[in-house]
Parts: sequence; C-alpha cells; structure tokens
Amino acid sequence: MSVNNSAAASKPRKAKKEVASGVPTTFTGKVAFHFSRYWQHWLMVLPAMCFVALFAYVPMYGIQLAFREFNPKLGLTGGKFVGFKYFQQFFNDPQFAQILVNTFRISLWTLVMGFFAPIILALLINQIGSRKIKGFVQTITYMPHFISTVVLVSMLNIFLTPDTGLIGRFLGDQSLLGVASAFTPLYWISEIWQHCGWNSIIYLAALSSVDTSLYEAAKMDGAGRLQLIRHIDIPTILPTCVILLVLNMGHVLGVGFEKVYLMQNTLNSTASEVISTYTYKMGLISFQFSYSTAIGLFNTVINFFFLVLANFLSKKVSDTSIF
Amino acid sequence: MSTATNSAQYVGAPKLSSDEIPFNPKVRQQKSISDWIVDIVIWVILAAVVFAVIYPLWFVIIASFSNQAAVSAGEVTVIPKGVSLYGYQTMFSDARIWNGYKNTIIYTVLGTALNMVVTMPAAFALSRAEFKPRRIIMFLFTFTMFFSGGMIPSYLLMKQLGLLNSMWVFIVPGAVSVWNLIIARSFFETSIPEDLHDAAQIDGLSFFGYFLRIVLPLSSAIIAVIGLYYFVGHWNDYFNGLLYITKQNKLPLQNVLQQILLANQTNQMGTDTAMTGLAAQQFADQIKYGVIIVATLPLLVIYPFLQKYFDKGVMIGAVKG
Repeated sequence: MSVNNSAAASKPRKAKKEVASGVPTTFTGKVAFHFSRYWQHWLMVLPAMCFVALFAYVPMYGIQLAFREFNPKLGLTGGKFVGFKYFQQFFNDPQFAQILVNTFRISLWTLVMGFFAPIILALLINQIGSRKIKGFVQTITYMPHFISTVVLVSMLNIFLTPDTGLIGRFLGDQSLLGVASAFTPLYWISEIWQHCGWNSIIYLAALSSVDTSLYEAAKMDGAGRLQLIRHIDIPTILPTCVILLVLNMGHVLGVGFEKVYLMQNTLNSTASEVISTYTYKMGLISFQFSYSTAIGLFNTVINFFFLVLANFLSKKVSDTSIF
Repeated sequence: MSTATNSAQYVGAPKLSSDEIPFNPKVRQQKSISDWIVDIVIWVILAAVVFAVIYPLWFVIIASFSNQAAVSAGEVTVIPKGVSLYGYQTMFSDARIWNGYKNTIIYTVLGTALNMVVTMPAAFALSRAEFKPRRIIMFLFTFTMFFSGGMIPSYLLMKQLGLLNSMWVFIVPGAVSVWNLIIARSFFETSIPEDLHDAAQIDGLSFFGYFLRIVLPLSSAIIAVIGLYYFVGHWNDYFNGLLYITKQNKLPLQNVLQQILLANQTNQMGTDTAMTGLAAQQFADQIKYGVIIVATLPLLVIYPFLQKYFDKGVMIGAVKG
C-alpha cells in the first residue's frame, strides 16, 4: 500500500528513469535484476563472506557443545543434551571465584590505565610546537607496538632476573614475576609501555582537526596553556574517548590470553589464572571439551553484556554509540 | 533558539577584537610565568616517556653485542662493552631458529597475500552505497568481532578440516580481519571521489575494471597500512602455533622463541654443561638478547618505510571507528 503510494507520488519524476533502467516489479524479477546488476559486487564480497561463515559462524554453531556431552564419535553437535550442567560445574569449581576476581582485576586495571595513558600522551605530544620533534616522539613511542608478545614477556623476564637483570638487580633476590601481588601491575604497566604510543594516534588525529583560530581567540581572552588544553583540546577528543571506552568495555573479561599465559608461572598463578587461560587448560591440556566450551561461552556472554551496557550508557550520556 | 543565542554572542565579542585590537598572528603574546612552568613540565615528562620507551630496546641491542659478564655486572649502560658475538654464533647454529624463521616467512608471505586478496575487494564492494545488501553483510561481519565460538569449537573445526599440524592453519582461518576490513572500507568511502566512478562508467569500465585500474592505484596508503597490520599479525602470531601445531618442524618463529626464551632450558642451547650457575645464566642471557634482536629485525627494517602511512591509515580507521 505505502509502496504503491510513494510510487504514485514520485511517478512524474521517476517514471522516465525506471523505464530507462528497466526495473522489474515482481520479486524474482527484482532479485534477478539485482544480481544482473551487482554480480561483480557480490563476487568481490563472496570470498570474505565464505571465510567468515566457515571460521566464525561454524564455531558459533558449535557453541551448543557447552550444553552437550562431548562424544568424539558423534562430533561437535551429536552428544547428549545436558543443559546447564557444565556451567554449574564451573560455578562450583573451587577456583571459580579466584579466576573471576583475577580476570576482573587485571582487565579493569588495564582498561582504566590503558584508557587514560594514551589520552594524556596525545595531549602532551600535541603541545610540541616543532613538527620534527613531534614526529620523533611519535616514531619512538609507536615502536614497541610491533614487538611480539613472546619477545615482550621475554624482555620482562630478562630484565627482572634477580642480581643480573636491568631492573631485577635493584629488587632483591626474587624476580617480580614470581610475586603474585606484582602480577597485575606488571601486566598493565608493560601493556601501557607497549601500546600507549600507538593508541595515542587516534587522539592526535582528532586533535589535529582543531581550528587554530580557537586557540588564538582563547589566548586573546587570556587563557593559559593549561586552560587551552582544558577547554579546547579535551572537549575536542571527548567523543573519540567515549567510542574507544565503549569498544574497550567489550573486552572487560577478554584479557589477552597470550600475554597472561606467557607471564604465568607456578609462583604467581594465584593472581594470574584468568578465564581464557583456564579455558585453554581445561580444553586442550585436560581435554574436557564441553566444560571448556561452557567456560568460554560464559566469558563471551559477559563481554557482550558489558559492551551493550557501555554502548547504552554512552548513548544516553553523550549521544555517541557504535551501533 | 540555539542559533539566536549564538549570533547574539557573536555580535558583541568579535567586533571588539577586530575593530579595536587588530589581530596580527605574527606578534606573539608574551608567555606568562605559569606558561613557562607548564612548558617545562611538559618537556620533562615527554623526555622521560621517550627515554622509558627507547632505553629497554636500546639495552637489548647493546647487551646482545656485549660481554655477558659486563652486562650482568651492570657495566653496560650506553654503549656495548667487551664486544662478543657468542650469542649470535650459538643461535645461528641452532636448527630450530632457522626452521622457525623459514616457517614464519612462508606463513607470513602467503598469509598476507591471501589477506589482501580477500579483504581489499570485499572492503571496496562494501563501501559502495549503491550496493544495498552491504548493511546486513557488514552487520554479520562486525558481529564476529564481539561474539565468537571460542577456543574449543574452533579447535574441533580445524581438526575436522584436517588443519591440525598443517601450515594452512596459519593462512586460511585468519583470511579476513574484520577490523582491517572496516578500516579499508572507511578509506574507500571517504578518500575515493565519486566523480571517478561516473567517469569510469562513461568510459565503459566494468566494476572490476574500476576497482583494479582506478581505485587500487589511488589506495597505496591504505594498502601499505593494512598490509603492515596483517604482516605484523602473522609475524607475531603465537596463538595458532600453540593451539594447532604439535610437530616441532611446523612451528613458527614465535613458538620457537618461546621455547628458547621462556622455557629456561639453558643447557639445550649449546651452553657447556660444565658451566653452572651464574656463567650458564649469563650465556643463556646473551643468546636471549640475540634471539630477540633477530626475531624483531624484519619489523624494524620495514618500520621506517611504512611509518609515513601510519597517521593517515589509522586516522581513516578512527573516523568511522
């Protein structure tokens, strides 16, 4: 009905064009027309779609393993349905509380510190007048981003070696990596060391869009350096900050598996066992496939919940959202 | 309403400045004392940041060339001391390193090539407004960034596909990174003028032809950036080797590094078994410094060439998020 109306309303203008391009009216005709016109578009997207379907959506379909008893003969989806048995097993696991607390502790520290550090760095770099020095500082601070996790953790290891390490020689007889209470600070500080510079790019990009006449006008009114930052720079990057915060919230429980796993040892495991490492150990070390899948699903669902929550809040507060 | 108040404010203030104080950008205002202090604080902090970032890296480099006794004693601080190439010699005689290196080069080159071939056309097609299904396709792609099947379902899938202990597990499953696809799509949306499309159509170019002959040559910045992201991702990949590979001769460099650097098997690396305690530790350390340098070298080599594209590329991604 409404379609007819709009078609009738725009007839005088559009009639000519439709005749020219020959848009059919039946459904199959429309589909055929669409593909005859856009088959090249489809051909370009199709490989990517196939890869995503196979390697992202097929495993998603396999999530039902969390609700089934794994049976090697019947494969991913053939086992007996057991409901929430494996989730209950996880909640009753003696390590459950510890793992959850560890995961939250590490990720919240990293989230908060890793959120503010690049903003501060970008505001500072933006204060540099000379283009050359600015470029130099950026080049240097981006560099660690490209180091692999294995190398980073090895560097931590060597530097913290007691007696001989660059840092370890000042810190007594024990490596900090063997101290449970030092695990979280080591994690987020090294995280900032590695990624702070790189993550500041996005803010520097936003800051470069500031109209310089704003600065001049503010200076006329007697604003000092700090006031310029406070009243011009910070409001400029605020929307970017919000978006990044929302995106990061989606990873509240998604502490990077690799780094935690590589930093782990028997001495610090009370503070370093997190959901992702536990998933790995249950699944691929002790081969409890269903149990491990359930833990992984629990993790994914909580992450997703936080992402949606953060997105909702930012929509309310600042009208910025990612979807 | 808001425009009214804006213009009301606007009438008074600028008139004063434009009529009575002629603005001349070349005349700098005098810096106040507080501004000087702020300046100094900013410079001190930035100098400290630069030092904190660069020194550990520099230290690894000089330590890898120095005499290990001197390194352990803390005598090596700014330049190498008592030059020794023991670490490099031992390392290069270790077959695991060579094999890992060879594997990683193969995985990285093939992987990055597939990544580009799959990602770029898809990103371009999805950037075209006339292609209506793009919204739903984009949603299906983006959804996988936040929701995934998890470790075990993926593992079982790889097993079923026969990808365990196969080199293809490094190349095929990660063919599309949705994040990179979004960045590339934003680039095509914002940086390729629509007029070009019209011109190409008038000249009778097909959609493929338009993409290959006109769009790609204009996209060197985004190709460099996305290529770099993929390249680094493959080069630094540790996760796939850990999960899917159990045969030593298929392991990529990062997993070999982990064995050498973190497993603390001092004796395996050819250090004399007669050496114990501190001496063994020192030699093991020198090998580690050398290994770190050799493993990171390729990235350090391409870094300066691609650096000019970083700001551009990341900015493009930033706009759309």
